[in-house]
Amino acid sequence: MEGERPASPARSSGLPAGGAEGDSPGGGAPFPGSSGSSTLLQGEVLDLDEDEDDLEVFSKDASLMDMNSFSPMMPTSPLSMINQIKFEDEPDLKDLFITVDEPESHVTTIETFITYRIITKTSRGEFDSSEFEVRRRYQDFLWLKGKLEEAHPTLIIPPLPEKFIVKGMVERFNDDFIETRRKALQKFLNRIADHPTLTFNEDFKVFLTAQAWELSSHKKQGPGLLSRMGQTVRAVASSMRGVKNRPEEFMEMNNFIEIFSQKINLIDKISQRIYKEEREYLDEMKEYGPIYILWSASEEDLVDTLRNVASCIDRCCKATEKRMSGLSEALLPVVHEYVLYSEMLMLTEEIGKLEDKVECANNALKADWERWKQNMQNDIKSAFTDMAEENIHYYEQCLATWESFLTSQTDLQLEEASDDKP
Amino acid sequence: MQETYTAYLIETRSVEHTDGQSVLTDSLWRRYSEFELLRNYLLVYYPHIVVPPLPEKRAEFVWHKLSADNMDPDFVERRRIGLENFLLRIASHPILCRDKIFYLFLTQEGNWKETVNETGFQLKADSRLKALNATFRVKNPDKRFTELKHYSDELQSVISHLLRVRARVADRLYGVYKVHGNYGRVFSEWSAIEKEMGDGLQSAGHHMDVYASSIDDILEDEEHYADQLKEYLFYAEALRAVCRKHELMQYDLEMAAQDLASKKQQCEELATGTVRTFSLKGMTTKLFGQETPEQREARIKVLEEQINEGEQQLKSKNLEGREFVKNAWADIERFKEQKNRDLKEALISYAVMQISMCKKGIQIWTNAKECFSKM
Repeated sequence: MEGERPASPARSSGLPAGGAEGDSPGGGAPFPGSSGSSTLLQGEVLDLDEDEDDLEVFSKDASLMDMNSFSPMMPTSPLSMINQIKFEDEPDLKDLFITVDEPESHVTTIETFITYRIITKTSRGEFDSSEFEVRRRYQDFLWLKGKLEEAHPTLIIPPLPEKFIVKGMVERFNDDFIETRRKALQKFLNRIADHPTLTFNEDFKVFLTAQAWELSSHKKQGPGLLSRMGQTVRAVASSMRGVKNRPEEFMEMNNFIEIFSQKINLIDKISQRIYKEEREYLDEMKEYGPIYILWSASEEDLVDTLRNVASCIDRCCKATEKRMSGLSEALLPVVHEYVLYSEMLMLTEEIGKLEDKVECANNALKADWERWKQNMQNDIKSAFTDMAEENIHYYEQCLATWESFLTSQTDLQLEEASDDKP
Repeated sequence: MQETYTAYLIETRSVEHTDGQSVLTDSLWRRYSEFELLRNYLLVYYPHIVVPPLPEKRAEFVWHKLSADNMDPDFVERRRIGLENFLLRIASHPILCRDKIFYLFLTQEGNWKETVNETGFQLKADSRLKALNATFRVKNPDKRFTELKHYSDELQSVISHLLRVRARVADRLYGVYKVHGNYGRVFSEWSAIEKEMGDGLQSAGHHMDVYASSIDDILEDEEHYADQLKEYLFYAEALRAVCRKHELMQYDLEMAAQDLASKKQQCEELATGTVRTFSLKGMTTKLFGQETPEQREARIKVLEEQINEGEQQLKSKNLEGREFVKNAWADIERFKEQKNRDLKEALISYAVMQISMCKKGIQIWTNAKECFSKM
């Protein structure tokens, strides 16, 4: 596969309790999901559709923002700038909503693959319509990521979920795997949509809106002019992350990335392990309740009490299931996404030779880095707060269950006492 | 060769009527084997009583953390509670509390063992009672005892199952709590590189540690619940012992009746001269010649004596049997009431434990949530 990056170095796993890698739904593949950039073909010119002339230019402008001192053709179209300003003025106003759902299996003579339905809702003028529905497969996502990396080498591109699951999988397409992947793909697209620069990328728009045959033909068109420049820019940008002659801030960034990567990996392992332990606890609890029912069959005087206990245990089981699903919705995907991010960030340490003309790339990267860090903090904070909330809710439900059992028992005792009275 | 064993201090207090104060009257040490001796004695002398069981000799139904070592302080403590409970049960039993040997167990430190053995209770013990698998073909057992035997089998089976699964649940719960402790360490290390998030991470990590360590007390409490269930698991055996005694008595009764009936028949045949039942004497007589009338008279006389004796014995056995059934059933009714009370209480206390665990959980996670939201 061309453009593949080397595997990441081994990490320490310091879990004292048991420590073995559990079977996790999304776990442990050492390959970053980002490889697969298409080959750069020289000399091909982008074949622009007549209708899309204006749109093309606009989106290109946006993507060229971070390399304005390189490209001789740098149209600063007023409309594109307005787009930028608009976004910054009202940061909370989303005008692009994307959902990924309905995984469907397709069988052909050569292969079996899954497509996902992508629905885009938007109020943006540059889109032909306000709603789009397309079907895409993982390969298409890989293509998109590659194009984004090419076009914006100094920006932090969101990670894709892993290509394959290395361990614990019986078949490629089991339900958990598909669901986890679907969620991650949705996250991927929304991250792009939320990024001030990436959101206006032309390939992104094509990905969201083009019908199947349109996408194929667009893909075939090749990288063209931009990518040649992209190549140069990339090399330069890489030098920014290289070891030699790096300014203070980049040293700091790399130090952060290294430690962050370690810690987020551990947190990922711990969280997966908790999920596994909770599942095993649930399995045992499910067997526990029915024994009380069995017992009630031979105890005339304790029938109600025993059955009551069984139903309390059953309700606690349901609460546990809810807690587990909360964990897998809120915490696990977020942590795992940052594991992928950190792998990606760790790997961009290629030593380059070019040192001049780094000024603007420097700033662009720095801005994106700050933005990424801010997002990371918010996401982590939010994910853990949600986890805490799930746990509180779980214990509150169980508490209510057992308290109502107690009141029913004391009511019973009062009843019995009054029955005994002459 | 030195032997190490654990001895338990037994202090008896009697409540003075006048001022209600309890006075320490006796204090001595006993080891587990002496408790066993006391119980074995009671089983022999009170076969119609459901004798309270002893706590287990070796730790069973353990989940991984709990030590199966007899010398483990937690095990010793739980056994101490069980032994105390055993003595209290006897002391509160209307019949058993009056037993002399029990009294001496509490008061006579030296030579108590010899005193017990001097009663000769081991000789009195019916070895057949110990034969667990022996079945006696009893034609007319009291139906209530048959039902009781089934009940005790079911009780034993269901409580064993319950204890096994509970131990597995405890093990899993332990795992869930303890893994959270790892967050504490990682958060702490991570907080070193975070400027804004650092404090929040650090303090949240502390709460994760608190959460992880809270499981130890929770599960220790649950062991008490398991012990309460175990007592009734062992009571099932005591119930079965009473049923078996009834069976044996009924069997002996039926055998005696059968024997009497056959002797009567023999007598009748000798008197009337018809031989319907086979007897060796009859055969030899036929083969080797008739017996003399004098000989026949003598035989009839012996049989008549035996029949008389037999009838007396049958009468007393019948009486004994009825007495046994009456007394046993009275104690079984007492036991049933006790069991219903105790088990209900145990289940309620289980609920109370769960409530306490939930409240603790809410508190810890609320604190953690606050830390997370301040990050």
